[in-house]
Amino acid sequence: MSATSEITTQAITVTVNGDERSAEVEPRLLLVHFLRETLGLTGTHVGCDTTSCGACTVLVDGVPIKSCTYFAVQADGRTVKTVEGLIQNGQLHPIQQGFKEEHGLQCGFCTPGMLLVTSALLEENPDPTEEEIRWAISGNICRCTGYQNIVKSVQWVAAKLKEA
Amino acid sequence: MYPASFEYFAPRTLEEALQTLDRFGEEGKVIAGGQSLIPLMKLRFAAPRALIDINRIDGLDELGERDGQLRFGALVRHKTCERSELLRGRYGVFGEAARQIADPIVRNLGTVAGSLAHADPQGDWPSVMLAARGEIVARSSDGERTIAIDEFLQGPFTTALEPNEIVTEIRVPAPTGRAGGAYEKLERKIGDFATAGVAVHLTFANGSVEAAGIALTAVGPTNLRASAAEQALAGRVLDDAAIDEASRLAGEAAQPHDDTRGSAEYKRNVIRVLTARALRRAAADGQEEEFAGHETIEGVMEEISEKEDA
Repeated sequence: MSATSEITTQAITVTVNGDERSAEVEPRLLLVHFLRETLGLTGTHVGCDTTSCGACTVLVDGVPIKSCTYFAVQADGRTVKTVEGLIQNGQLHPIQQGFKEEHGLQCGFCTPGMLLVTSALLEENPDPTEEEIRWAISGNICRCTGYQNIVKSVQWVAAKLKEA
Repeated sequence: MYPASFEYFAPRTLEEALQTLDRFGEEGKVIAGGQSLIPLMKLRFAAPRALIDINRIDGLDELGERDGQLRFGALVRHKTCERSELLRGRYGVFGEAARQIADPIVRNLGTVAGSLAHADPQGDWPSVMLAARGEIVARSSDGERTIAIDEFLQGPFTTALEPNEIVTEIRVPAPTGRAGGAYEKLERKIGDFATAGVAVHLTFANGSVEAAGIALTAVGPTNLRASAAEQALAGRVLDDAAIDEASRLAGEAAQPHDDTRGSAEYKRNVIRVLTARALRRAAADGQEEEFAGHETIEGVMEEISEKEDA
């Protein structure tokens, strides 16, 4: 068998941030590269590329997954939400506001993943304890903040969403 | 990092998946959660020619008790186990292990069956299934067979699974009386592989240990059953002396190596300490079960029959 076999592609349709996006992709294309390179949605970051850091976290059918460890073809027919999908009518989502208000980021590299994990956490548990917040973000590495302000940001968001 | 090229199949039925697997034989690989397989493919340690995604097959995500067995369908995720009310108390070893695997995002996708089929000796589920004496149900086009966990785990990343077989279910005997379990794991940080881990699953009868399951993570070429420690507890009251002896024997059963996570001597000692901790907590579960048992008819009947025995 030849090592350079013919490249085959597959048609997929993924609903990304509410829009149906179709493309012909190689099965080995990772979801993160589909989002960043095929669709130009560069808000999702490639961090470690080894399933460790969580920078590439997106929601697939509402569930946080590491998009460096998921093939684009697996998302065929599913819905994906990226950081670009948080903004509402040109206004920052309360989750984004919270990270701004409480200085939940410094370099910002881990932030898209943190925001999406926050979104999934609060969807399920609108009033998390500090421990539950730390537990929820434990798959996302931040090298700047020491996590303290990220936890505060999530608490800010939870309070804000409760008001609304 | 890009994996080598492969063809992707997303069958809707198990039959279709098995046919595709037959076509590719050893060059086909089944993907469920993919949280071990995809990293391996990205590092090119694995380069299957075909990937058969079983996520779109209905009926593989059952987690529950049926016909005297606790059953995990092939698509039961770590997260489901972590949150399951069933996997506490007498099934405590399952719930506790689940919430210590990798990190919360990986747990959303990774599966129990996939972890077993991957057979990483640093994996947590193989120890849990050794302790609970689980069996693996494997299907091929030729039919179905069950494989005891001790036979299933053959070496590092090596199982008794044939290239044409798919794991469809894991079955564990349901304890008939009181039971308790615990999983103790030392890791440097969340998401790291275990430095060492211990799974304990105990059944009790008349205040003594009826049968003990004790298995060790990350201290051998496979997850290891600590047989001598198990035997030392059978029929015995779980007092300090029994716990000391069993944990010493578990430490002796470990086959650790020096690496970045610690020296062999250190890990052996960790196994001893973790075993003692897990036994104490499993015993507490067993006690709680006795107390909670009053609330169910089974519990009351058990209580009565025990009084009659006494």
